[in-house]
Amino acid sequence: MCLSEPLALRLERVSKAFGGLRAVDGVELAVRPGERRALIGPNGAGKTTLFNLVAGALPVTTGRIELFGRDVTRMPSHRRAALGLTRTFQVSNLFPSLTVLDNCLLAVQAPTTAKFAMHRPLARDLALRARAEDTLAAVGLADRATAIVRNLSHGEQRQLEIGLALAGRPRVLLLDEPTAGLSPAESAAMARLLGRLDPAITVLIIEHDMDIALELARHVTVLHYGRVIADGTRDAVRADPTVREIYLGA
Amino acid sequence: MNRAILLGIGALVAAAAVAPALPSYPLTLLTQVAIMAVLAMSLDILLGYTGLPSLGHAAYFGAAAYAVGILATERQAGFLTCLVAGVLLATVTAALFGLIAIRATGTYFLMITLALGMVVWGLAFRWVSLTKGDNGIAGVPRPELPLPWSLSAPLPFFYFALVATALAWAALGTLARSPFGLTLKGIRESETRMRALGYDVWLHKYLAFVISGAFAGFAGVLWAWYNGFVSPVDVQLVTSVETLLMVALGGPGTLAGPALGAAMIVFLKNFVSVYTKRWLLILGAVYIGVILWAPRGVLGALRSQR
Repeated sequence: MCLSEPLALRLERVSKAFGGLRAVDGVELAVRPGERRALIGPNGAGKTTLFNLVAGALPVTTGRIELFGRDVTRMPSHRRAALGLTRTFQVSNLFPSLTVLDNCLLAVQAPTTAKFAMHRPLARDLALRARAEDTLAAVGLADRATAIVRNLSHGEQRQLEIGLALAGRPRVLLLDEPTAGLSPAESAAMARLLGRLDPAITVLIIEHDMDIALELARHVTVLHYGRVIADGTRDAVRADPTVREIYLGA
Repeated sequence: MNRAILLGIGALVAAAAVAPALPSYPLTLLTQVAIMAVLAMSLDILLGYTGLPSLGHAAYFGAAAYAVGILATERQAGFLTCLVAGVLLATVTAALFGLIAIRATGTYFLMITLALGMVVWGLAFRWVSLTKGDNGIAGVPRPELPLPWSLSAPLPFFYFALVATALAWAALGTLARSPFGLTLKGIRESETRMRALGYDVWLHKYLAFVISGAFAGFAGVLWAWYNGFVSPVDVQLVTSVETLLMVALGGPGTLAGPALGAAMIVFLKNFVSVYTKRWLLILGAVYIGVILWAPRGVLGALRSQR
């Protein structure tokens, strides 16, 4: 591991307690820039909670989170996003009554100062619009730009979910079950889309479909009852007897 | 969107065309509609675009009306002083109240804005040395403008109010279609996603709150000149509720809809109250009907039928 370069993401003994329940319990995580890391574990293992802590949607109970060497533990989520940390949601979290293009424009203009412009119509900002259209093309929604998001199919909403995360040009991308509820064919298309992501982006992915998770990521972290029980290459994790027992079910 | 704009321009032109032929009473009502339309559109920025149901909008409207009332009667202030002071006082009030209210969402936001509105009402009612309390401030003169017509006559004042309304509508319409306007709709649809995208949701809501207050203040300035009388009635809860109903009836998030809602409420209130004192009962029935059959307001219903 190259030590001169700061880690993209580093978690030190991060815990989150909901009352008596320790949903995330002393998690250590170190993710290098450009790495693809899969986060797996049975239902209730604390994977989504961990994402919420990293993204800043929930405050940590104890521990420390660093993004590119910078302490972001107490930083609100919008400022972490401004540093290049973006997430997707397990249940699509879009702007349902707006058009696909407007959804994408909201993501594209988020890191710019254009978002505070009040005196000119958005429709005249051709640069923003071009970037939004590029993003839509990248996730295969170019011909759906004028559709209202509420009327999209579930598969299209999942594609847009990824599109919104990519539109802001993230450096660290947290993908929370991108294939949730997709048909096998849609899942395969999603896997191809994820395989084409810019290699410079650091990707952390929660995925129940093992084939997709292990195809994308060489390095796997296994969570169980909020604790990291295995962390290593996919072959090592596959061979780990504890993991086989509690998760892979073999 | 374009249909609402055409409808609005059509209404403005029609009102301007028929005004000279109207007797003074309907003309007075039309002037009221124009002013209340500004108030309703200002609330629409909060309720319809940002999804924040404020139940204290009369506070900014009333604060501006009082500023004009006091300055015009005690200091003989002119057009520009009254306009700037009124809008400024409303803006500052909204900037202060926003700090308290924006932390809350949904029903809690509603309750906090209601409480803050009551504070202003309490001041208007009790700070007798400044506001003359329950008696109100009478004899507020209309401003002198370098125009060939005096604004003290009903027809010139109606045109004055109509132009002011058109300007407010154009400004708020530009805001709604701007990049900032889109962020407000985004907040209405999903705050959590907006945060994940990197938006400081609090700041955008706060700006919307202050802008909305400023335009409510603009309506308040017009109202003080129109009515010539400012009293606690202008800042009371009923005024806030009526404004909320104008937006809900007309169609939140359309600007032209709340203006239409303002026309409906003003005419209903004035015509029905000739026949019965229970006009609020009829207003309630109309409101329930709209919620049942056109939950997105009259304009929302028209649009979805297309």
